[in-house]
Amino acid sequence: MRHSLAIVGLGMMVAALQMPLTAQADPVDDALVIDDIEMVTRTKAPEGHPLDEVRSGWLYREAETRELEADSFQNPGMLYVEQGADIWNRVEGPEGKSCASCHNDAAETMKGVGANYPKWDADAKRPINIELQVDKCRVENMGLEAYKFDAAEQKALTTYIKNQSLGEPVKLDLSQGELQSWWDQGKELYYTRTGQLNFACASCHEANSGQYIRADHLSQGQANGFPVYRLKQADMVSLHNRFRGCIRDTRAETPKAFSDELMALEVYVTWRGTGLSVETPSVRQ
Amino acid sequence: MNINRRQALGLSAGAVAFAATGFSALPALASAEDADKRIADFAGGKTPEAGKLTLTAPEIAENGNTVPISVSVDSAMEGDDVVEEVMILAEGNPNPDVATFRFSEASGTAAATTRMRLAKTQNVIAVARMKDGTTYIDKKEVKVTIGGCGG
Amino acid sequence: MATPKPRVKLPKTASAGEVVTIKTLISHTMESGQRKDSDGKVIPRQIINKFSCEFNGAPVFSCDIEPAISANPYFEFSAKVKESGTFKFTWVDDDGSVYEDEQTIEVK
Repeated sequence: MRHSLAIVGLGMMVAALQMPLTAQADPVDDALVIDDIEMVTRTKAPEGHPLDEVRSGWLYREAETRELEADSFQNPGMLYVEQGADIWNRVEGPEGKSCASCHNDAAETMKGVGANYPKWDADAKRPINIELQVDKCRVENMGLEAYKFDAAEQKALTTYIKNQSLGEPVKLDLSQGELQSWWDQGKELYYTRTGQLNFACASCHEANSGQYIRADHLSQGQANGFPVYRLKQADMVSLHNRFRGCIRDTRAETPKAFSDELMALEVYVTWRGTGLSVETPSVRQ
Repeated sequence: MNINRRQALGLSAGAVAFAATGFSALPALASAEDADKRIADFAGGKTPEAGKLTLTAPEIAENGNTVPISVSVDSAMEGDDVVEEVMILAEGNPNPDVATFRFSEASGTAAATTRMRLAKTQNVIAVARMKDGTTYIDKKEVKVTIGGCGG
Repeated sequence: MATPKPRVKLPKTASAGEVVTIKTLISHTMESGQRKDSDGKVIPRQIINKFSCEFNGAPVFSCDIEPAISANPYFEFSAKVKESGTFKFTWVDDDGSVYEDEQTIEVK
């Protein structure tokens, strides 16, 4: 039943993107203020960007969803921020350490950090994101195992760390190590059509951004709000989970979370949102 | 040809059977008759009147899994003018019951907000019963659409 | 998810007779009992089935809850406060667990 529905749905998606129509609706012109901090939801695109203006996905959502994110009490993502704070302060593992043992008060030490990832990991010679940085700490300093991808604690802790940068503008330093060449690979992937439906990331999020794909108002596909509280799952959804979901929807083979492909994509997609505020935990449909 | 957003939603709503809500595994959905029976029981056989009770719900839900709804009854909430209960029903869900709010004079106002699941486009119904047995009803249709992206 | 954790928001102070807004949120999956797992087995229902708020021991607001309430249930309502005191909030789980929170308010 669900399978056949999915096929009908994807068939309509193909039709929608191959015909130069669908309904156009502009993103709203509204200000997002969370706990008295005004978020940057529109800004001039950085040099070399294909778009003139980068926009937060918040602008593409319905009023009720926008309001839910704007109220930091009502936003269910804040439950995961609180859970992340508990994990941050909890001693775990043979070394008898918590995150706070080394990093103290996250409100001070993690402020702005989430806005500058992915960074270059000179040891691993590849980009590192928040999830992998946490795993590195767990393995090297706490004597623990890395989290399983999308473990509830991984999502909560990542959400908590990113939330410490709420309102900070996304900015990557591509001069670190070989980050620029990963950006190049990410760009290549972003524009490569893939899967049975033959979609690239850019098919929806650049060429048709602002259009409707059935009932979904296509945003620019920005990474600044991740992990997001997604109404569909009623749970936190990580960036690599969403990447995999998007790629699955094109009926392509899905790369593994934190694989070279998806790390390159994370570097490039994050850069595309340069200047937008970190909104974690954002609320999306 | 220009298709505006409302028309596009209408087109896609025609193709909608189920949204992927928490209810997707259950085949049988409640009928409007089930909801009517609940209302009759709640109202003690009387026909609830329109007015005084306001149900607020979005015209279009971005996702049927999390739909904000509010009820508010015009009442002094003291003496005889007190709202005792407000029942919420969703006539197209597997089971029409959603929640029953119980107020008191200490509530100050008879107003409450929550978030609910809707399995498909349907009417959400609120019925209020006052201390003197008078009942009021309000109804809103909420459109639930399938998103493009695995919705 | 970890043990359900309530969040409650209300003013710390009010004037006598003021009607204040109370917001509550609790982490809970609200498993409806109508979903199946990947093996096709029905996932048993487990929801919070009742929420209540008392002030100094007297009922203010309560709610009977069905599986149609969304995960991480949210309730917003009001209370008329005549004196300083303590609000007690209670969530009852299908498995018999009870989650509680208390908040004081000062009437000036």
